[in-house]
Amino acid sequence: MSFFSFGQSAEIDVVLNDAETRKKVEHKTEDGKKDKYFLFYDGETVSGKVNVTLKNPGKRLEHHGIKIEFVGQIELYYDRGNHHEFVSLVKDLARPGEITQSQTFDFEFTHVEKPYESYTGQNVKLRYFLRATVIRRLNDINKELDIVVHTLSTYPELNSSIKMEVGIEDCLHIEFEYNKSKYHLKDVIVGKIYFLLVRIKIKHMEIDIIKRETTGTGPSVYHENDTIAKYEIMDGAPVRGESIPIRLFLAGYDLTPTMRDINKKFSVRYYLNLVLIDEEERRYFKQQVWGGKNKSISEPNAVTLSHFRTTNITWHDVLFFFINIYYKKSVI
Amino acid sequence: MADAIADTRRLYTKPQNLNDAYGPPSNFLEIDVSNPETVGVGRGRYTTYEVRLKTNLPIFKLKESSVRRRYSDFEWLRAELERESKVVVPPLPGKALFRQLPFRGDDGIFDDSFIEERRQGLEQFLNKVAGHPLAQNERCLHMFLQDEIVDKNYTPSKIRQA
Repeated sequence: MSFFSFGQSAEIDVVLNDAETRKKVEHKTEDGKKDKYFLFYDGETVSGKVNVTLKNPGKRLEHHGIKIEFVGQIELYYDRGNHHEFVSLVKDLARPGEITQSQTFDFEFTHVEKPYESYTGQNVKLRYFLRATVIRRLNDINKELDIVVHTLSTYPELNSSIKMEVGIEDCLHIEFEYNKSKYHLKDVIVGKIYFLLVRIKIKHMEIDIIKRETTGTGPSVYHENDTIAKYEIMDGAPVRGESIPIRLFLAGYDLTPTMRDINKKFSVRYYLNLVLIDEEERRYFKQQVWGGKNKSISEPNAVTLSHFRTTNITWHDVLFFFINIYYKKSVI
Repeated sequence: MADAIADTRRLYTKPQNLNDAYGPPSNFLEIDVSNPETVGVGRGRYTTYEVRLKTNLPIFKLKESSVRRRYSDFEWLRAELERESKVVVPPLPGKALFRQLPFRGDDGIFDDSFIEERRQGLEQFLNKVAGHPLAQNERCLHMFLQDEIVDKNYTPSKIRQA
Protein backbone atom coordinates (compact mmCIF):
# COMPACT_ATOMS: atom_id res chain seq x y z
CA MET A 1 0.00 0.00 0.00
CA SER A 2 1.61 3.29 -0.97
CA PHE A 3 -0.42 6.30 -0.04
CA PHE A 4 2.43 8.73 -0.39
CA SER A 5 3.89 7.92 -3.78
CA PHE A 6 2.69 10.04 -6.60
CA GLY A 7 4.75 7.99 -8.92
CA GLN A 8 4.19 4.48 -10.10
CA SER A 9 2.71 1.76 -8.02
CA ALA A 10 2.06 -1.88 -8.71
CA GLU A 11 0.08 -4.85 -7.62
CA ILE A 12 1.81 -8.11 -7.05
CA ASP A 13 0.28 -11.53 -6.83
CA VAL A 14 1.45 -15.12 -6.66
CA VAL A 15 -0.17 -17.90 -8.66
CA LEU A 16 0.77 -21.56 -8.42
CA ASN A 17 1.36 -23.55 -11.59
CA ASP A 18 -0.84 -26.41 -10.45
CA ALA A 19 -3.59 -24.24 -9.00
CA GLU A 20 -6.20 -26.09 -11.08
CA THR A 21 -5.22 -29.57 -10.00
CA ARG A 22 -3.84 -29.16 -6.52
CA LYS A 23 -6.12 -30.10 -3.65
CA LYS A 24 -7.32 -27.46 -1.22
CA VAL A 25 -8.07 -28.14 2.42
CA GLU A 26 -9.81 -26.23 5.17
CA HIS A 27 -7.68 -24.78 7.92
CA LYS A 28 -8.63 -22.72 10.92
CA THR A 29 -7.44 -19.11 11.00
CA GLU A 30 -6.36 -17.34 14.15
CA ASP A 31 -9.80 -15.81 14.70
CA GLY A 32 -11.49 -19.18 14.44
CA LYS A 33 -12.81 -18.96 10.91
CA LYS A 34 -12.11 -21.70 8.39
CA ASP A 35 -10.52 -20.95 5.05
CA LYS A 36 -9.33 -23.08 2.16
CA TYR A 37 -5.68 -23.34 1.27
CA PHE A 38 -3.57 -25.31 -1.18
CA LEU A 39 -2.27 -28.53 0.35
CA PHE A 40 1.38 -29.52 0.14
CA TYR A 41 3.42 -32.40 1.48
CA ASP A 42 7.02 -32.64 2.52
CA GLY A 43 9.40 -32.80 -0.44
CA GLU A 44 6.97 -31.46 -3.01
CA THR A 45 8.09 -28.75 -5.38
CA VAL A 46 6.45 -25.34 -5.07
CA SER A 47 6.38 -23.56 -8.40
CA GLY A 48 4.41 -20.76 -9.93
CA LYS A 49 4.41 -17.26 -11.29
CA VAL A 50 4.67 -13.83 -9.73
CA ASN A 51 2.61 -11.22 -11.60
CA VAL A 52 3.65 -7.62 -11.18
CA THR A 53 0.89 -5.37 -12.59
CA LEU A 54 1.61 -1.70 -12.96
CA LYS A 55 -1.17 0.58 -11.74
CA ASN A 56 -0.38 3.37 -14.15
CA PRO A 57 0.57 1.81 -17.45
CA GLY A 58 3.23 3.78 -19.21
CA LYS A 59 5.01 5.04 -16.09
CA ARG A 60 8.12 3.18 -14.96
CA LEU A 61 8.41 1.41 -11.64
CA GLU A 62 11.81 1.79 -10.02
CA HIS A 63 12.79 -0.93 -7.56
CA HIS A 64 15.72 -2.37 -5.62
CA GLY A 65 14.98 -5.95 -6.59
CA ILE A 66 12.11 -8.39 -6.86
CA LYS A 67 12.23 -11.65 -4.97
CA ILE A 68 10.10 -14.51 -3.80
CA GLU A 69 10.54 -16.37 -0.52
CA PHE A 70 9.23 -19.66 0.79
CA VAL A 71 8.96 -19.47 4.57
CA GLY A 72 8.01 -21.91 7.27
CA GLN A 73 7.74 -20.27 10.65
CA ILE A 74 6.50 -20.64 14.21
CA GLU A 75 4.82 -17.67 15.85
CA LEU A 76 4.25 -17.59 19.59
CA TYR A 77 1.36 -15.22 20.26
CA TYR A 78 2.94 -13.82 23.41
CA ASP A 79 6.14 -13.07 21.53
CA ARG A 80 4.94 -11.81 18.17
CA GLY A 81 8.09 -9.89 17.35
CA ASN A 82 10.16 -13.06 17.14
CA HIS A 83 9.24 -15.39 14.34
CA HIS A 84 11.14 -18.63 14.42
CA GLU A 85 11.82 -19.55 10.83
CA PHE A 86 12.68 -23.18 10.34
CA VAL A 87 12.47 -23.04 6.54
CA SER A 88 13.61 -19.97 4.60
CA LEU A 89 14.29 -20.07 0.89
CA VAL A 90 14.72 -17.12 -1.46
CA LYS A 91 14.73 -16.77 -5.21
CA ASP A 92 15.69 -13.47 -6.80
CA LEU A 93 13.39 -12.69 -9.68
CA ALA A 94 14.82 -9.39 -10.83
CA ARG A 95 17.92 -7.39 -10.04
CA PRO A 96 17.52 -3.73 -8.92
CA GLY A 97 16.29 -1.68 -11.86
CA GLU A 98 13.02 -0.66 -13.31
CA ILE A 99 9.96 -2.15 -14.93
CA THR A 100 8.20 -0.35 -17.75
CA GLN A 101 5.32 -2.71 -18.24
CA SER A 102 3.47 -5.38 -16.27
CA GLN A 103 5.57 -8.50 -16.04
CA THR A 104 5.38 -12.10 -14.96
CA PHE A 105 8.23 -13.98 -13.31
CA ASP A 106 8.48 -17.74 -13.02
CA PHE A 107 9.78 -19.37 -9.88
CA GLU A 108 10.38 -22.88 -8.61
CA PHE A 109 11.39 -24.13 -5.18
CA THR A 110 12.40 -27.70 -5.88
CA HIS A 111 11.65 -30.51 -3.47
CA VAL A 112 11.10 -28.18 -0.52
CA GLU A 113 11.48 -29.67 2.91
CA LYS A 114 8.35 -29.13 4.99
CA PRO A 115 9.10 -30.99 8.18
CA TYR A 116 6.10 -30.01 10.29
CA GLU A 117 2.35 -29.85 9.91
CA SER A 118 0.60 -26.47 9.70
CA TYR A 119 -1.01 -25.65 13.02
CA THR A 120 -3.12 -22.79 14.32
CA GLY A 121 -3.63 -22.98 18.04
CA GLN A 122 -4.49 -21.00 21.15
CA ASN A 123 -1.02 -19.63 21.79
CA VAL A 124 1.06 -20.62 18.84
CA LYS A 125 0.84 -20.82 15.09
CA LEU A 126 2.97 -22.73 12.61
CA ARG A 127 2.53 -21.66 9.04
CA TYR A 128 4.06 -21.88 5.61
CA PHE A 129 3.73 -19.16 2.99
CA LEU A 130 5.14 -17.70 -0.19
CA ARG A 131 6.02 -14.02 -0.04
CA ALA A 132 6.72 -12.04 -3.19
CA THR A 133 8.34 -8.64 -2.68
CA VAL A 134 9.14 -5.67 -4.84
CA ILE A 135 11.84 -3.92 -2.79
CA ARG A 136 11.70 -0.14 -2.88
CA ARG A 137 13.41 2.68 -1.06
CA LEU A 138 10.55 3.76 1.15
CA ASN A 139 8.05 0.95 1.15
CA ASP A 140 8.09 -2.52 -0.29
CA ILE A 141 5.20 -3.98 -2.20
CA ASN A 142 4.57 -7.52 -1.09
CA LYS A 143 2.03 -10.29 -1.17
CA GLU A 144 1.80 -13.45 0.86
CA LEU A 145 0.18 -16.69 -0.17
CA ASP A 146 -0.44 -19.08 2.72
CA ILE A 147 -0.33 -22.78 2.11
CA VAL A 148 -1.14 -25.68 4.37
CA VAL A 149 1.19 -28.62 4.93
CA HIS A 150 0.09 -32.02 6.19
CA THR A 151 2.54 -34.56 7.51
CA LEU A 152 2.24 -38.19 6.63
CA SER A 153 2.93 -41.11 8.89
CA THR A 154 3.08 -44.82 8.44
CA TYR A 155 0.39 -46.95 9.93
CA PRO A 156 1.93 -48.18 13.17
CA GLU A 157 3.06 -51.79 13.16
CA LEU A 158 2.40 -52.17 16.82
CA ASN A 159 -0.81 -50.64 18.07
CA SER A 160 -1.60 -52.39 21.31
CA SER A 161 -4.79 -51.94 23.22
CA ILE A 162 -4.92 -50.21 26.56
CA LYS A 163 -6.36 -51.96 29.56
CA MET A 164 -6.31 -50.63 33.10
CA GLU A 165 -8.02 -51.28 36.40
CA VAL A 166 -8.68 -48.15 38.42
CA GLY A 167 -10.86 -47.06 41.27
CA ILE A 168 -11.16 -46.31 44.95
CA GLU A 169 -10.31 -49.05 47.41
CA ASP A 170 -13.44 -50.97 48.53
CA CYS A 171 -15.69 -48.42 46.92
CA LEU A 172 -15.47 -48.39 43.13
CA HIS A 173 -13.44 -50.63 40.85
CA ILE A 174 -13.62 -50.36 37.11
CA GLU A 175 -11.60 -51.79 34.31
CA PHE A 176 -11.38 -49.73 31.16
CA GLU A 177 -10.16 -50.94 27.83
CA TYR A 178 -9.55 -49.11 24.57
CA ASN A 179 -8.88 -51.04 21.37
CA LYS A 180 -5.78 -49.06 20.36
CA SER A 181 -3.22 -46.67 21.75
CA LYS A 182 -2.71 -44.82 18.49
CA TYR A 183 -5.60 -43.43 16.54
CA HIS A 184 -5.80 -41.49 13.32
CA LEU A 185 -7.99 -38.46 12.85
CA LYS A 186 -10.86 -40.32 11.22
CA ASP A 187 -10.64 -43.31 13.48
CA VAL A 188 -13.13 -44.71 15.95
CA ILE A 189 -12.32 -45.30 19.59
CA VAL A 190 -13.82 -48.66 20.52
CA GLY A 191 -13.64 -49.65 24.13
CA LYS A 192 -15.50 -50.70 27.21
CA ILE A 193 -15.85 -49.95 30.87
CA TYR A 194 -16.35 -52.99 33.07
CA PHE A 195 -17.65 -52.51 36.60
CA LEU A 196 -16.01 -54.78 39.16
CA LEU A 197 -17.31 -53.11 42.30
CA VAL A 198 -19.92 -50.39 42.66
CA ARG A 199 -20.57 -49.08 46.16
CA ILE A 200 -21.48 -45.56 45.15
CA LYS A 201 -24.62 -44.28 43.46
CA ILE A 202 -23.52 -43.44 39.93
CA LYS A 203 -25.77 -41.25 37.83
CA HIS A 204 -23.91 -41.15 34.52
CA MET A 205 -20.53 -41.51 32.86
CA GLU A 206 -18.81 -39.60 30.10
CA ILE A 207 -15.61 -39.45 28.13
CA ASP A 208 -13.90 -36.13 27.59
CA ILE A 209 -11.27 -35.41 24.96
CA ILE A 210 -8.80 -32.86 26.28
CA LYS A 211 -6.34 -31.04 24.05
CA ARG A 212 -3.23 -29.71 25.70
CA GLU A 213 -1.09 -27.15 23.95
CA THR A 214 2.29 -26.59 25.56
CA THR A 215 4.39 -23.57 24.61
CA GLY A 216 7.69 -22.33 25.93
CA THR A 217 10.54 -24.20 27.54
CA GLY A 218 12.12 -24.61 30.95
CA PRO A 219 10.68 -22.38 33.67
CA SER A 220 8.37 -20.52 31.32
CA VAL A 221 6.39 -23.52 30.15
CA TYR A 222 2.71 -22.77 29.58
CA HIS A 223 0.03 -25.41 29.23
CA GLU A 224 -3.34 -24.57 27.78
CA ASN A 225 -6.00 -27.22 28.22
CA ASP A 226 -9.12 -27.26 26.16
CA THR A 227 -11.98 -29.73 26.41
CA ILE A 228 -12.66 -30.62 22.80
CA ALA A 229 -15.49 -33.01 23.48
CA LYS A 230 -17.72 -34.42 26.18
CA TYR A 231 -19.41 -37.61 25.17
CA GLU A 232 -21.87 -39.36 27.47
CA ILE A 233 -21.47 -43.12 27.35
CA MET A 234 -23.78 -44.18 30.16
CA ASP A 235 -26.95 -42.82 31.74
CA GLY A 236 -28.14 -44.56 34.88
CA ALA A 237 -26.73 -46.64 37.72
CA PRO A 238 -24.55 -49.62 36.85
CA VAL A 239 -23.99 -52.67 39.04
CA ARG A 240 -21.19 -55.19 39.35
CA GLY A 241 -20.52 -57.21 36.23
CA GLU A 242 -21.97 -54.68 33.83
CA SER A 243 -20.03 -53.65 30.77
CA ILE A 244 -20.57 -50.32 29.06
CA PRO A 245 -19.45 -50.09 25.42
CA ILE A 246 -17.64 -47.08 23.99
CA ARG A 247 -17.76 -46.09 20.35
CA LEU A 248 -16.46 -42.59 19.75
CA PHE A 249 -16.09 -41.37 16.15
CA LEU A 250 -13.20 -38.92 16.02
CA ALA A 251 -14.03 -37.48 12.62
CA GLY A 252 -16.72 -35.37 14.24
CA TYR A 253 -14.26 -33.37 16.31
CA ASP A 254 -11.80 -30.63 15.52
CA LEU A 255 -8.55 -32.53 16.06
CA THR A 256 -4.98 -32.16 14.86
CA PRO A 257 -2.18 -34.71 14.95
CA THR A 258 -0.24 -35.07 18.16
CA MET A 259 2.79 -32.79 17.83
CA ARG A 260 5.78 -33.50 20.00
CA ASP A 261 8.21 -30.71 20.78
CA ILE A 262 8.03 -29.07 17.37
CA ASN A 263 11.30 -27.31 16.69
CA LYS A 264 11.64 -27.25 20.48
CA LYS A 265 8.93 -24.60 20.58
CA PHE A 266 5.57 -26.28 21.27
CA SER A 267 3.70 -29.53 21.68
CA VAL A 268 0.12 -30.61 21.18
CA ARG A 269 -1.16 -33.70 22.96
CA TYR A 270 -4.53 -35.27 23.52
CA TYR A 271 -5.90 -37.09 26.51
CA LEU A 272 -8.99 -39.09 27.21
CA ASN A 273 -10.65 -38.42 30.53
CA LEU A 274 -13.06 -40.95 31.89
CA VAL A 275 -15.49 -39.23 34.27
CA LEU A 276 -18.16 -40.79 36.43
CA ILE A 277 -20.73 -38.60 38.18
CA ASP A 278 -22.71 -39.74 41.20
CA GLU A 279 -26.07 -38.61 42.52
CA GLU A 280 -24.51 -35.83 44.55
CA GLU A 281 -22.78 -34.46 41.43
CA ARG A 282 -19.41 -35.72 42.63
CA ARG A 283 -17.05 -36.40 39.75
CA TYR A 284 -14.80 -39.45 39.77
CA PHE A 285 -12.15 -39.36 37.13
CA LYS A 286 -9.07 -41.15 36.00
CA GLN A 287 -6.42 -38.71 37.09
CA GLN A 288 -4.19 -37.32 34.40
CA VAL A 289 -0.57 -36.81 35.34
CA TRP A 290 0.09 -33.28 34.10
CA GLY A 291 3.74 -32.61 33.26
CA GLY A 292 5.08 -35.15 35.71
CA LYS A 293 3.50 -33.58 38.78
CA ASN A 294 0.66 -35.38 40.50
CA LYS A 295 -1.76 -32.50 40.49
CA SER A 296 -5.42 -33.32 40.83
CA ILE A 297 -7.78 -31.36 38.68
CA SER A 298 -8.93 -28.46 40.80
CA GLU A 299 -12.59 -29.18 41.15
CA PRO A 300 -14.29 -28.90 44.50
CA ASN A 301 -16.21 -32.13 44.18
CA ALA A 302 -13.68 -34.38 42.54
CA VAL A 303 -12.42 -37.78 43.64
CA THR A 304 -9.50 -39.28 41.78
CA LEU A 305 -9.39 -42.88 40.78
CA SER A 306 -5.99 -44.39 41.35
CA HIS A 307 -4.80 -47.22 39.26
CA PHE A 308 -4.47 -50.68 40.74
CA ARG A 309 -3.18 -53.08 38.19
CA THR A 310 -1.99 -52.65 34.69
CA THR A 311 -2.58 -55.47 32.34
CA ASN A 312 -1.27 -54.20 29.04
CA ILE A 313 0.38 -50.84 29.23
CA THR A 314 3.24 -49.06 30.88
CA TRP A 315 2.04 -45.48 31.12
CA HIS A 316 -0.55 -43.76 33.30
CA ASP A 317 -2.17 -41.43 30.84
CA VAL A 318 -4.20 -42.71 28.02
CA LEU A 319 -2.08 -41.10 25.33
CA PHE A 320 -3.28 -40.89 21.81
CA PHE A 321 -1.06 -40.35 18.88
CA PHE A 322 -2.98 -39.10 15.93
CA ILE A 323 -1.69 -39.55 12.45
CA ASN A 324 -3.22 -37.97 9.43
CA ILE A 325 -3.03 -40.53 6.70
CA TYR A 326 -1.98 -44.13 6.85
CA TYR A 327 0.82 -44.65 4.40
CA LYS A 328 3.94 -42.73 3.78
CA LYS A 329 4.13 -41.31 0.32
CA SER A 330 7.51 -41.67 -1.28
CA VAL A 331 8.25 -38.51 -3.18
CA ILE A 332 10.95 -38.65 -5.79
CA MET B 1 -4.44 -45.19 -0.07
CA ALA B 2 -7.48 -47.33 0.59
CA ASP B 3 -10.18 -45.82 2.71
CA ALA B 4 -10.39 -48.65 5.20
CA ILE B 5 -13.61 -48.83 7.17
CA ALA B 6 -12.82 -48.93 10.85
CA ASP B 7 -13.83 -52.00 12.79
CA THR B 8 -16.38 -50.69 15.25
CA ARG B 9 -17.60 -53.97 16.65
CA ARG B 10 -17.87 -54.07 20.43
CA LEU B 11 -15.04 -55.49 22.45
CA TYR B 12 -15.62 -58.88 23.96
CA THR B 13 -17.37 -58.78 27.34
CA LYS B 14 -18.03 -61.47 29.87
CA PRO B 15 -21.74 -62.12 30.31
CA GLN B 16 -22.98 -60.72 33.60
CA ASN B 17 -23.72 -63.05 36.47
CA LEU B 18 -27.50 -63.09 36.96
CA ASN B 19 -27.15 -62.66 40.71
CA ASP B 20 -25.25 -59.47 40.10
CA ALA B 21 -27.74 -58.29 37.53
CA TYR B 22 -30.88 -58.89 39.57
CA GLY B 23 -29.61 -58.92 43.13
CA PRO B 24 -29.73 -55.91 45.43
CA PRO B 25 -27.20 -53.25 44.48
CA SER B 26 -24.13 -52.89 46.72
CA ASN B 27 -24.61 -49.15 47.12
CA PHE B 28 -27.60 -49.05 49.43
CA LEU B 29 -27.29 -46.21 51.94
CA GLU B 30 -30.25 -44.37 53.40
CA ILE B 31 -30.13 -41.81 56.16
CA ASP B 32 -33.20 -40.22 57.71
CA VAL B 33 -33.29 -37.30 60.09
CA SER B 34 -36.65 -37.26 61.84
CA ASN B 35 -38.63 -37.09 65.10
CA PRO B 36 -37.47 -33.77 66.49
CA GLU B 37 -37.89 -33.57 70.26
CA THR B 38 -37.23 -30.63 72.50
CA VAL B 39 -35.63 -31.62 75.79
CA GLY B 40 -34.90 -29.69 78.93
CA VAL B 41 -36.61 -26.66 80.46
CA GLY B 42 -36.37 -22.89 80.30
CA ARG B 43 -33.21 -21.47 78.82
CA GLY B 44 -31.42 -24.85 78.79
CA ARG B 45 -33.77 -26.29 76.21
CA TYR B 46 -32.54 -27.80 72.96
CA THR B 47 -33.89 -29.94 70.16
CA THR B 48 -32.63 -33.40 69.25
CA TYR B 49 -33.26 -35.29 66.05
CA GLU B 50 -33.31 -39.00 65.37
CA VAL B 51 -30.64 -40.03 62.85
CA ARG B 52 -31.52 -43.39 61.38
CA LEU B 53 -29.24 -45.25 59.00
CA LYS B 54 -29.85 -48.27 56.81
CA THR B 55 -27.11 -49.67 54.57
CA ASN B 56 -25.43 -52.67 53.03
CA LEU B 57 -22.03 -50.97 52.63
CA PRO B 58 -19.37 -53.00 54.43
CA ILE B 59 -17.62 -49.87 55.68
CA PHE B 60 -20.41 -49.35 58.22
CA LYS B 61 -20.16 -51.63 61.21
CA LEU B 62 -23.91 -51.69 61.83
CA LYS B 63 -26.24 -52.29 58.91
CA GLU B 64 -28.98 -50.45 60.81
CA SER B 65 -28.56 -47.84 63.49
CA SER B 66 -30.48 -45.12 65.25
CA VAL B 67 -29.07 -42.31 67.38
CA ARG B 68 -30.22 -38.91 68.64
CA ARG B 69 -28.20 -35.83 67.78
CA ARG B 70 -28.54 -32.09 68.29
CA TYR B 71 -27.49 -29.25 66.01
CA SER B 72 -24.16 -28.65 67.77
CA ASP B 73 -23.26 -32.31 67.13
CA PHE B 74 -23.72 -31.66 63.42
CA GLU B 75 -21.51 -28.60 63.70
CA TRP B 76 -18.86 -30.69 65.42
CA LEU B 77 -19.04 -33.29 62.66
CA ARG B 78 -18.69 -30.69 59.96
CA ALA B 79 -15.66 -29.12 61.63
CA GLU B 80 -14.00 -32.50 62.11
CA LEU B 81 -14.53 -33.49 58.48
CA GLU B 82 -13.21 -30.18 57.20
CA ARG B 83 -10.08 -30.56 59.22
CA GLU B 84 -9.40 -34.26 58.86
CA SER B 85 -10.48 -35.10 55.34
CA LYS B 86 -9.86 -33.57 51.96
CA VAL B 87 -13.57 -33.45 51.29
CA VAL B 88 -15.23 -30.16 50.44
CA VAL B 89 -17.91 -30.37 53.13
CA PRO B 90 -21.35 -29.06 52.18
CA PRO B 91 -22.88 -26.34 54.37
CA LEU B 92 -25.23 -26.96 57.25
CA PRO B 93 -28.61 -25.26 57.49
CA GLY B 94 -28.28 -21.90 59.23
CA LYS B 95 -27.38 -21.35 62.85
CA ALA B 96 -30.27 -18.88 63.26
CA LEU B 97 -28.73 -16.81 66.03
CA PHE B 98 -31.29 -14.09 65.46
CA ARG B 99 -33.98 -16.57 66.41
CA GLN B 100 -32.38 -16.91 69.82
CA LEU B 101 -32.87 -13.22 70.60
CA PRO B 102 -35.63 -12.33 73.07
CA PHE B 103 -38.91 -10.58 72.34
CA ARG B 104 -39.79 -12.56 69.23
CA GLY B 105 -43.35 -12.99 68.05
CA ASP B 106 -42.89 -16.71 67.39
CA ASP B 107 -41.27 -19.61 69.24
CA GLY B 108 -37.77 -18.74 68.04
CA ILE B 109 -35.68 -21.84 67.55
CA PHE B 110 -38.46 -24.06 68.82
CA ASP B 111 -40.85 -22.90 66.14
CA ASP B 112 -42.32 -25.88 64.28
CA SER B 113 -41.66 -24.56 60.78
CA PHE B 114 -38.10 -23.65 61.70
CA ILE B 115 -37.44 -27.09 63.14
CA GLU B 116 -38.87 -28.72 60.02
CA GLU B 117 -36.69 -26.56 57.75
CA ARG B 118 -33.65 -27.40 59.85
CA ARG B 119 -34.51 -31.09 59.85
CA GLN B 120 -34.63 -31.14 56.05
CA GLY B 121 -31.32 -29.34 55.80
CA LEU B 122 -29.66 -31.73 58.24
CA GLU B 123 -30.98 -34.73 56.32
CA GLN B 124 -29.63 -33.36 53.04
CA PHE B 125 -26.31 -32.61 54.69
CA LEU B 126 -25.89 -36.11 56.07
CA ASN B 127 -26.87 -37.87 52.86
CA LYS B 128 -24.37 -35.81 50.91
CA VAL B 129 -21.57 -36.36 53.36
CA ALA B 130 -22.10 -40.00 54.22
CA GLY B 131 -22.07 -40.98 50.54
CA HIS B 132 -18.62 -39.51 49.95
CA PRO B 133 -15.97 -42.26 49.76
CA LEU B 134 -13.36 -40.11 51.51
CA ALA B 135 -15.71 -39.04 54.29
CA GLN B 136 -16.56 -42.71 54.88
CA ASN B 137 -12.93 -43.23 55.92
CA GLU B 138 -13.24 -40.86 58.87
CA ARG B 139 -13.77 -42.16 62.39
CA CYS B 140 -15.78 -39.05 63.29
CA LEU B 141 -18.46 -39.82 60.71
CA HIS B 142 -18.96 -43.36 61.98
CA MET B 143 -19.03 -42.22 65.58
CA PHE B 144 -21.61 -39.57 64.72
CA LEU B 145 -23.84 -41.96 62.80
CA GLN B 146 -23.63 -45.14 64.82
CA ASP B 147 -22.22 -44.61 68.31
CA GLU B 148 -24.59 -43.88 71.18
CA ILE B 149 -22.75 -40.74 72.25
CA VAL B 150 -20.42 -38.39 70.38
CA ASP B 151 -17.16 -38.32 72.27
CA LYS B 152 -15.68 -34.96 71.40
CA ASN B 153 -12.38 -35.97 73.00
CA TYR B 154 -11.83 -38.82 70.59
CA THR B 155 -8.66 -39.35 68.60
CA PRO B 156 -9.26 -38.67 64.93
CA SER B 157 -8.36 -41.65 62.76
CA LYS B 158 -9.05 -43.28 59.44
CA ILE B 159 -11.19 -46.36 59.02
CA ARG B 160 -10.32 -49.15 56.68
CA GLN B 161 -12.71 -51.95 55.84
CA ALA B 162 -14.96 -52.62 58.85
